[in-house]
Amino acid sequence: MNVPNTAKLTLLAAALMSATAGAAYAAPSCGTGPVVLNSYFETGFPLPTELSKEFTKQFPNVTFNIKEDQFATLMENSPRVLAGDNAPDLIRLPSISDLVKDGLLKNLDQDATDLGWDKYPPAQLAQNRVADGGSPRGEGSLYAMGLNYSMTGIFYNKALAAKIGMTKPPETVAELEDLMAKAKAAGIPPIIIWNKPVVGLTFPLQNLMGSYGDPGAVNDWIFQRKGADIDTPTNLTATQHLEQWIKAGYFQDDINSVDYATANGRFHDGDGLFLFNGDWESGNLDKVMAGNVGFFLMPPAIAGGKHAAMSAPLTYGIGANAKNADCAAFFLNWVGTNAEARKIDVAIGGSNPGGPVDLAMPAVTAGSVTEETLAAGTTIAKDNGAMDFIANATGAIYAEAWTPELQKMVGGRQDAAGLLKSVQAEYVKELSR
Amino acid sequence: MTIAEPHSLPSASRPLLSQRGRGVVVAWAFIVPALAFYAAFVLVPIGMSVYYSLLRWDGIGKAQFKGLSNYLVVLSESDFLQILGNAFQLAIYFTLIPILIGLGVASAIRNHLSGAFGTTARTILFIPQVIPLVAAGIAWTWMFASNGVVNQALNLIGLGGITRGWLGDFDFALPAVGIIGAWVLLGLCTMLLVTGIARIDPSLYEAAKLDGASAWSEFRWITLPGLRQEIGVCVTVTVIAALASFDIVYIATGGGPGIQTTVPGLEIYRLAFAHRQVGLASALAVVLMVLVIVCVLPIQWLTRQPK
Repeated sequence: MNVPNTAKLTLLAAALMSATAGAAYAAPSCGTGPVVLNSYFETGFPLPTELSKEFTKQFPNVTFNIKEDQFATLMENSPRVLAGDNAPDLIRLPSISDLVKDGLLKNLDQDATDLGWDKYPPAQLAQNRVADGGSPRGEGSLYAMGLNYSMTGIFYNKALAAKIGMTKPPETVAELEDLMAKAKAAGIPPIIIWNKPVVGLTFPLQNLMGSYGDPGAVNDWIFQRKGADIDTPTNLTATQHLEQWIKAGYFQDDINSVDYATANGRFHDGDGLFLFNGDWESGNLDKVMAGNVGFFLMPPAIAGGKHAAMSAPLTYGIGANAKNADCAAFFLNWVGTNAEARKIDVAIGGSNPGGPVDLAMPAVTAGSVTEETLAAGTTIAKDNGAMDFIANATGAIYAEAWTPELQKMVGGRQDAAGLLKSVQAEYVKELSR
Repeated sequence: MTIAEPHSLPSASRPLLSQRGRGVVVAWAFIVPALAFYAAFVLVPIGMSVYYSLLRWDGIGKAQFKGLSNYLVVLSESDFLQILGNAFQLAIYFTLIPILIGLGVASAIRNHLSGAFGTTARTILFIPQVIPLVAAGIAWTWMFASNGVVNQALNLIGLGGITRGWLGDFDFALPAVGIIGAWVLLGLCTMLLVTGIARIDPSLYEAAKLDGASAWSEFRWITLPGLRQEIGVCVTVTVIAALASFDIVYIATGGGPGIQTTVPGLEIYRLAFAHRQVGLASALAVVLMVLVIVCVLPIQWLTRQPK
């Protein structure tokens, strides 16, 4: 075929344009050459490592160089690690506001467009959005993704529940309190919780806040929205209930010296009726208390009312200076969309894998507590009752306010009103720095 | 002004000067490596801490000069004052208990130092010193737990009514941490005091016996003055250990309940690494350093051997 020179040039230009356009707008991928993802994960949580193994199986050119640290160490190290020369491609992020403020995290807006994360339910991504300058959270650009989306509620020991005549989960806070009173009278510790070195009492407290007040207002406070205050009449009612529970002896009297592992061990051993905790424990509870553990959401204050629960993503981000940012973004996308990854997410993580709404939830064992927690997640989504954790409002609020003040309440040295005032004062102080 | 010419110096002084010169060079050659390390790892960090203490800085972003405002916060906020007070309370436990027990042990085994009993006693008492503080903290945390050996022992002797989670109790958490520290430091103090008592001239004790002195009089007038320097070292080391404590508190209580057992070392660490307030952490560190010096210098002066 004889093609005129001008036509040849036009074709060549078009080909070049489409090639460069393809290069500029292609969705992030891991390519075909060898890639080593520099990863910084949380010790004690096998989910990301299991996901990485499956990823390497599916994409053999990608391997993971994994470093692990405890959550508290992650909190302390993440800014310096991200600011270093060898910034992680994938990093478990305890909080993101300060990291965004310092420009240490990759802005994922373009990845979200390229990979179709805009098809995910907006609420799923909201907690990982941060406005310019680091606050408020919940709006602005996307800086992280969840490997899954956890949620908290109340696990119960079925054998002990049967002993006090509990045949179905309580439908109101009053019914829950009635069950606690019955357990106490029967010599069964009603609630297992930890309160050292950081407090677990934030779990029942925030659940109570969700029962008596608007979860949206709690989120406003956590996301540092202007004028937000934790010291509200409904939160006071919630805190007064918690104080009442402490005074009534619904918690074991040594909780200020009990840590997370000990408390969970006590529940596994059948030392108490209820455990306020998150669905990340579901997989483990299905193993160690198979058939003897159930789960229900914190009931509303009034029968038929909406449910609310603390719910947060298992947040992972990409360093601003990461060498394999595209491959890391591709991995985050794969976790939410690949069938095998979603299966691992539920089986090991015990939580909702998130992802696009049209993807089916992986099958779980019928009658397992994992099945119950996943179903509870649907209820929370329907009731629009998801709250982030009150411990995440600022970098220091957990250690500087919630922990000492709730420990004081257990020791009889703080009341409900004083607790909320102290926490709000610390919040204002921290935001003013 | 006239300047003496070198050649006007007496000829005999030339080799002397050059010898001195050589001595100075050799002396500096010995000093410089240690001085360089000391400057790099002590003096420069102190200087940097003082500089950081004048800033508001998160350790990553831009720093702002804030003058002495961090010091005002440290010295005026009630929480910081309580934290500093906690350290001084700990110093009482860390110092008194090991020194008193150490003195008692040293006096008791004074006559059996060279025998198998003396060796065994010294070894057993020194063991806490070689156990890592973190391990000691974990072991004692188990012992002080609700179902730990301390409460089991109390139940056994009929004192079940006072059992509790000691490290989570507002009234007993600090004393419990104090006991852990005292146990750790007991080995060092006993070792120092036993070594010191062995240096005391035995004829002094013989003379006292001949004069009919009681055991208390021997202890009061011979042992105690004879151990003056060793006691000084013990007090210095234990006071510094209390004021700069971190490991035991971090492991045993995390500073709780409330801030009942929070000590400056722990708070400095939290402020700098968890809360990223490097300026405030540095100000507290500088205040702590000054407090340690203010406490230790008089101890050194008081326990100096009279000339």
